[in-house]
Amino acid sequence: MSAPLNPNPGCTQDFDRRNLDWYIDKAVQVLVFMGGISAIIFIVGIFLFITKEGIGFLIETLDLHEFFGSPYWEPSDEDAPEYGILALMAGTASVTGLAMLIAIPFSLGTAIYIAEFATGKTREWLKVLVELLAAIPSVVWGFIGLTIMNPLIIELFDIPVGLTVLNAGIILGLMAAPIMTSIAEDALKAVPDRYREAAEAMGATRWQVIFKAVLPAAKNGLLGAILLGVGRGFGETMAVLMATGHAVNIPGSVFDSVRALTATIAAELGETAVGSDHYQVLFTIGIFLFLITFLINLTADLIVRGIKKS
Amino acid sequence: MFAATELNQKNQRTEKLVRLLFILMASLLILPVLIILGTLIYKGGGIISIDFLFTDPTNGMTEGGIFPALLGTIWLVAVALVISVPLGIAAAIYLSEYAPDNWLTRLINLAIINLAGVPSIVHALFGVGAFVVFLEFGTSILSASLTLAIMTLPVVIVSTRESLQAVPHSFREACWNMGATRWQTIRRVVLPNAVSGILTGIILEVSRTAGETAPIMFTGAVFFSPFLPQGIMDQTMAMSLHLFVVSTQVPGVPENLPYGVALVLIGMVLLMNSISIAFRMHLRGKKKW
Repeated sequence: MSAPLNPNPGCTQDFDRRNLDWYIDKAVQVLVFMGGISAIIFIVGIFLFITKEGIGFLIETLDLHEFFGSPYWEPSDEDAPEYGILALMAGTASVTGLAMLIAIPFSLGTAIYIAEFATGKTREWLKVLVELLAAIPSVVWGFIGLTIMNPLIIELFDIPVGLTVLNAGIILGLMAAPIMTSIAEDALKAVPDRYREAAEAMGATRWQVIFKAVLPAAKNGLLGAILLGVGRGFGETMAVLMATGHAVNIPGSVFDSVRALTATIAAELGETAVGSDHYQVLFTIGIFLFLITFLINLTADLIVRGIKKS
Repeated sequence: MFAATELNQKNQRTEKLVRLLFILMASLLILPVLIILGTLIYKGGGIISIDFLFTDPTNGMTEGGIFPALLGTIWLVAVALVISVPLGIAAAIYLSEYAPDNWLTRLINLAIINLAGVPSIVHALFGVGAFVVFLEFGTSILSASLTLAIMTLPVVIVSTRESLQAVPHSFREACWNMGATRWQTIRRVVLPNAVSGILTGIILEVSRTAGETAPIMFTGAVFFSPFLPQGIMDQTMAMSLHLFVVSTQVPGVPENLPYGVALVLIGMVLLMNSISIAFRMHLRGKKKW
């Protein structure tokens, strides 16, 4: 390629940056930009593909009133299939609710201990242990619910089956707590030291400093941590599949077996034919799960970012 | 000096009590894990041997080892890494080095948060809809690894972005002043200074990917396969799914077998995490700036 004729080549060529390096630089910029927007493409892709598989059924066959209002989930009944997710929603809500009752005090307590009390080696080790706790795969948690918690609950409470809301709630609480702990700890650390110093200068004791100065200042971040924990519990699949007992049931107490929305998809997708009503209704549940978690994450992000700005 | 007033004493008592309460909460969070690990080792430790790791399961998966599952997990993780690491690093370079503070960048960050937050079973549905059915990859290592790669992409992006941003801005400015282009600066100055941090993130991703079950259940992993995978279009067994299968789906499994599988799986994951943590601490110790 011949460059356009330049009347004064010696002068401008020095300033013409368009050599090979310049082109490589531009190419890389385009490349990494594509990497950057790939995250958007994927999240949109996820929504489009699960909608594509589930939308036909959602529009043509599904009665939304039955879907959200009926406690009967019998999608494989050939004569009169029932597609009610009320009991499944109750299952997910009860397990997540109990998990949060357990995880919120413990994770906030641990976060406060790590951020405000612990020093040096203790602090480092606690953080490492919390991180390792977060790394245990969900199928292992499910296995623990099945083999360790199940006999323990049967023996302690003298009930026939230990795979209950209680079992899954404890397991899920232990799973969600580490993530909530580290986000809550970040939120506490983000509180400037001058808040603590000011309170201490007024003669406040350590716990007065924490409760009156640090916690109110970190309120939003802690709320974000709790929300992300809720999102985690809501979307958890394997542990809930293995520890709840997987019985379609609106629970009357924590000793009842239930079944969760996520676990239903995991248990039934394998036995459906691609494109069948049953297959499509599982994708419809998927759309529902996607929208709920999207909302939870969005809210958590807005809250957490709110504190970063101020 | 100050006399110990009654109020002061009362405050000190509460102070001690509150401190104790928080120690108790922290230990109650950590204690179950130690009990669980202890139980797994106690019940499953006996079955683990070289033979257990390197032989096939026999007799309807009630005897023998876990070799095909172990190999399958290595396949799945390796292929997922090949996809997600370049993509994740590119995305992190964009976010750390190029991205202006505008709505698109905020949108990308939101997408990353949501990729990490979407339930794993929804990722599985996406894998089925997009890779197995639409792109006709069938249930294969490729489909499963693509699903895993997209799911764990945020891990790579976030850790890489953090280690890139940890490189002081003055390093870049010095390089630009020498007339280097943006990319030359990134390649010669930023990346070499961040490479260990990026590695830690990748190790962490290996651990995450190896433990996932739901996303691979319908996209490429099978309960049992008489053959070892020969390529990325084959189906495979996997450690995580194998644990689910032997603990819930197969009747007559001797008690210590699933414990052994769980112990190997958790051992793999915790080992990877420990390496990543140790690496990070080592790095922090010898940071040059």
